[in-house]
Amino acid sequence: MVSEIRLGVAKAFFFIGDNAAFGFRSLHASVKRPFHFDETLRQIYELGYKSVPLIAAAGIAVGAVMSMHTRATLERFGAESLIPTGLGLAMIKETGPLVAALLIAGRVGAGIGAELGAMRVTEQIDALESLAIDSFKFLVATRVMACMIMMPLLTTIMNFTGILGGFIAEYAISGMGFQQYFEQAFLLIEFDDYLTATFKTVIFGFIISGVACYQGYYTTGGTAGVGQSATRSVVVSSILLIISNVVLVKAIFFFLPEAA
Amino acid sequence: MTEADIAIRFDGITKSFGDRTILDEISFEVLRGEAFCLLGRSGSGKSLTLKHMIGLIAPDSGEIYLEGAPITKLRGSELSQVRKRMGFLFQYSALFDSITVGENVAFPLRWHTELSSPEIRNRATELLDQVGLADDYDKMPTDLSGGMRKRVGLARALALEPPILLVDEPSSGLDPITAVEIDNLLLRLKQHKGTTMVVVTHNIPSAQRIGDQLALLENGKIVERGSPDRLRQSQNDTVQRFMSATGGT
Repeated sequence: MVSEIRLGVAKAFFFIGDNAAFGFRSLHASVKRPFHFDETLRQIYELGYKSVPLIAAAGIAVGAVMSMHTRATLERFGAESLIPTGLGLAMIKETGPLVAALLIAGRVGAGIGAELGAMRVTEQIDALESLAIDSFKFLVATRVMACMIMMPLLTTIMNFTGILGGFIAEYAISGMGFQQYFEQAFLLIEFDDYLTATFKTVIFGFIISGVACYQGYYTTGGTAGVGQSATRSVVVSSILLIISNVVLVKAIFFFLPEAA
Repeated sequence: MTEADIAIRFDGITKSFGDRTILDEISFEVLRGEAFCLLGRSGSGKSLTLKHMIGLIAPDSGEIYLEGAPITKLRGSELSQVRKRMGFLFQYSALFDSITVGENVAFPLRWHTELSSPEIRNRATELLDQVGLADDYDKMPTDLSGGMRKRVGLARALALEPPILLVDEPSSGLDPITAVEIDNLLLRLKQHKGTTMVVVTHNIPSAQRIGDQLALLENGKIVERGSPDRLRQSQNDTVQRFMSATGGT
């Protein structure tokens, strides 16, 4: 039993190490010539721009719900005026980055895992190689780079729409004005708060795309394998996101206490 | 025959997966301008042999020579240079399904030539015209039949005018008429451009139509090679059985 657990832990570490090596290889590939600007822009459009409606809708919903829940609690203490401030802090420091990352892991992670997996099993990746094109650089490095660029932007949209959702809920209940709400929401937020919390989403983008590309690029087992790659992309990247979030928050507390 | 006449040479190539040896020290050569057909049953390692030739798979031991130069240790840009000298038609075409038929054919031109966009489009249209699909430039690969996809795959493989063409199961999954059409395309290519071809197939009539040299791969070894006549007259039991099985694709 103990040896099985050890083996499982060793496998998990090996898997994470392999994933990390794959991801860092993609970063190295993306700064080497030739640069695939067109393909990176295409991926920014596919992975980033097309995710905006999902992120915006989720942001409004999350903000509205958080506002309503917060009101129920703060009302007891007569502190309703703190609702926008609390929501702003929560969205920008934690909820926005993490929820955006989990949503992107679902949409983009599954998409990349399935797309690259399908390309692998239908020999399209071999076809790229046979045409003297570095499939890793073309398919993986461009997606990882696009995801890392888009995550902070999507998180910013998530933060803004979340606060907007909170305003809509608050306006419906208390009739609070737009200017007053947003002044309150940003009362305790420094630019450093936004910067550190949003910068960590670059790492989230790296994790999501790195895991999904790894799963898709090494897909085996035909169409069933493609499905497994898509599922594993979401599950593994979501778990790693949650774990890495704890580590990153701790790191921010440690290295940048003024922004914590 | 001199070394200069040899386009591809396999020298003692071995490849195993786990404890299963698929290619067992196979050696053969393909002459410039000839059509070399590699025959064998499903799973005998024919496609694997082709993938070794273009560096998609590395052998466990042995060496492959392309026009006299060893290629198994090549990586990066050196391997790319080798690959540009070869076209590869995959068994199921392996067309990029997110772009149109024309863009598939234009893909290698965009990457490896300095042609302008209109020139690339013209060249891709010409290539599609050669395989009878000039009108299908803007269709998506999923809108094509198996035979049409194969022809697009052939047009893409020929885009950089490679001196060597590797063809994996050209008639697999096609009706007999379409299969003959593909064979005729390959024959025309060999006759008009002098392209060296390595064709993997288990379709005997197709191999006899296309091939100057035939080789039979069985249990990881080349059990017989020679002209179609020589294989037909072979006394080897395996070869006789294989050559007499003329049905199916």
